[in-house]
Amino acid sequence: MASPDLFLGLDLGSRTTKVVEMAGGEVVRFDIFDTTHDSILKVRARLDRRDYRRAAAAGYGRYLMNAHLDCRVVTEITACALGARFLDPAAGLVIDIGGQDSKVIQLGDGPGAFTEFEMNDRCAAGTGRFLEVMARLLGYGLEEFGRAACEADETIALSSMCTVFTESEVISLLASGRDRKAIARGLHQSVADRVFPLAARLEANGDVLMAGGVALNPCFVDLLAGKLRRPVIVPPRPQLVTAIGAALAAAR
Amino acid sequence: MTDHDDLLKELGLDVKLHHEIFGAVDRNFRRTVLAQKGRPGRMAYFDGVIRGAHGERVREIAERRAAGDKFIGTFCVYVPDELVMALGAIPVALCGGTSLSIPYAEKMLPRDICPLVKSTLGLALSNTCPYGPIEDLAVGETTCDAKKKTWDILAAGGDFHVLEVPQKKGPRDRDLWHEEVVRFKERLEETTGRMLEPDKLAAAIRLMNRKRRALARLNELRKAENPPLSGLDALVVMQGALVDDPLRFSENLEALNEELEDRVRRGAGIATGGGAKRIMISGCPSVLGNWKLHHLIETAGAVVVCDETCTGTRYFSALVEEGGSGLDAQIAAVAARYLTIDCSCFSPNDERIASVVRLARDHRVDGVVQYVLQYCHTYNVEAVRVAAALKEAGVPSLKIVTDYAEEDTGQLRIRVEAFLEGLSR
Repeated sequence: MASPDLFLGLDLGSRTTKVVEMAGGEVVRFDIFDTTHDSILKVRARLDRRDYRRAAAAGYGRYLMNAHLDCRVVTEITACALGARFLDPAAGLVIDIGGQDSKVIQLGDGPGAFTEFEMNDRCAAGTGRFLEVMARLLGYGLEEFGRAACEADETIALSSMCTVFTESEVISLLASGRDRKAIARGLHQSVADRVFPLAARLEANGDVLMAGGVALNPCFVDLLAGKLRRPVIVPPRPQLVTAIGAALAAAR
Repeated sequence: MTDHDDLLKELGLDVKLHHEIFGAVDRNFRRTVLAQKGRPGRMAYFDGVIRGAHGERVREIAERRAAGDKFIGTFCVYVPDELVMALGAIPVALCGGTSLSIPYAEKMLPRDICPLVKSTLGLALSNTCPYGPIEDLAVGETTCDAKKKTWDILAAGGDFHVLEVPQKKGPRDRDLWHEEVVRFKERLEETTGRMLEPDKLAAAIRLMNRKRRALARLNELRKAENPPLSGLDALVVMQGALVDDPLRFSENLEALNEELEDRVRRGAGIATGGGAKRIMISGCPSVLGNWKLHHLIETAGAVVVCDETCTGTRYFSALVEEGGSGLDAQIAAVAARYLTIDCSCFSPNDERIASVVRLARDHRVDGVVQYVLQYCHTYNVEAVRVAAALKEAGVPSLKIVTDYAEEDTGQLRIRVEAFLEGLSR
């Protein structure tokens, strides 16, 4: 039986897939799992239950869902803007750092709930993927990596923005006996430096909100706030902002 | 584009590599241009121009050469075709629009050079451009640093002439450009062994103006509430303009325009339902082989209604004043027209910025996509002022920086779709 009140939001990201169920203007259930060769089947199985009124999909896999049932398609820009507005009505700017891209969205009253947006170019610098690669290189788990960076006494500046070149630079730093935590902090700083100009191009008329998995890393949020010289607000479960927005788009 | 083996072999090309590169270009053409629905019937001629660019057209030029005419290869809309045509020579623009020839240029050039320059040089170095072996003179110009230095490399391989396009548009620059046009005329006289005659120049001016008027008419028709053809098809016409015989091209375009006028009268067009958002593309050219951005925008549900590019208004806007008496006056008129082209190589460039805003208004666009070929610094930096001027005029804009490769299509699609979602209409 389809509930007339239940809306599904899907965010099929490059690294993780998020499913949010909303009813009565609230998130009633959510699921986060790694995007793998068969994660799409899992999402389809959820859709096949047909217990909802409407669904919408955002993210790189959005068109895979469009072909399935009557799932709407929405870009993650619009979805993220809708989600951010919902979570913080005072938000003026969202910085969303995901696995494969980073984007900054200026919220507004247009049909997409935004006025302008900026995205990184096609390379991995300034994305969650960059941090993931570097954490592994330093022998840290992702959470541990952020914690280590917070604890560092100094920051070792990295000279390159490129993932591959930074990898070699980190290897030489490790080989020369430099402090692992200080390198970790330098790597966080490097991503903040990369995201900063994107954010600085847009005006923030209201709160600056951070979305995406990287927002769970407190060291990164601090460094970014320092760079922007203003507080950066992280909503609970920042990875879900876009999926929530997709559910809201389904309800529109 | 790959069924003229005898001709290509005769020209001494690497036929196998040619087919590898242009087989892919042709597949791309089918996947984008030919896959469109509801195309005007008379587009068939222009499809033929694109697909015959490495066949019939080359054969035709080779035949005219055998009869004593010369073939002139060009790389920019700044080259005054009138002078070439008045001397019985044939001008064809040879810019490369395929990513597959780029590795052959990267054997020599650094990676961080724009794809148009690399693709062009790659075609020359890989011995796959059928126009290379029949070229009597190649004409470069000084619109950007990468091109200037590439000409130095290409000049070693044969007759090459470089037109100095000034960087400003003051009186001194006008004088310099006028001298450059005179010098070009002298070089062409040397190459063709003929002297420029006023009657023939007058005829060439009239023909080029006819071609420009037909292209401008097509551009006007795109202003219709329901545009009678897609932006991708308008691009195919423009790409054809750079290759085809000017008279035959003009006649066929005039015929296409009639068909489109009829479509407009009937309210028939590609945006059935009238809901499609109207987009203008502004910036870098999309030359033969490159249908990437138009395809992306139009498969996202919008329609491209104007191109403020070298494969758009920059090619056909402004006419050469007709009726000048005597060669000096005619050449002055030719030079004056070409200096009105708003390339981003000029500083300052207020005329271009004003023209982008004017075109956006005239074509009633919902948004402008600024198209920057990666490493094209002048369009990339000028995008800042263009975006600001558009914003002031209430027109949203999006800048896309990309090359010819398809690997970033997913990311670009998100940007384009989000831009369209954000446009109120």
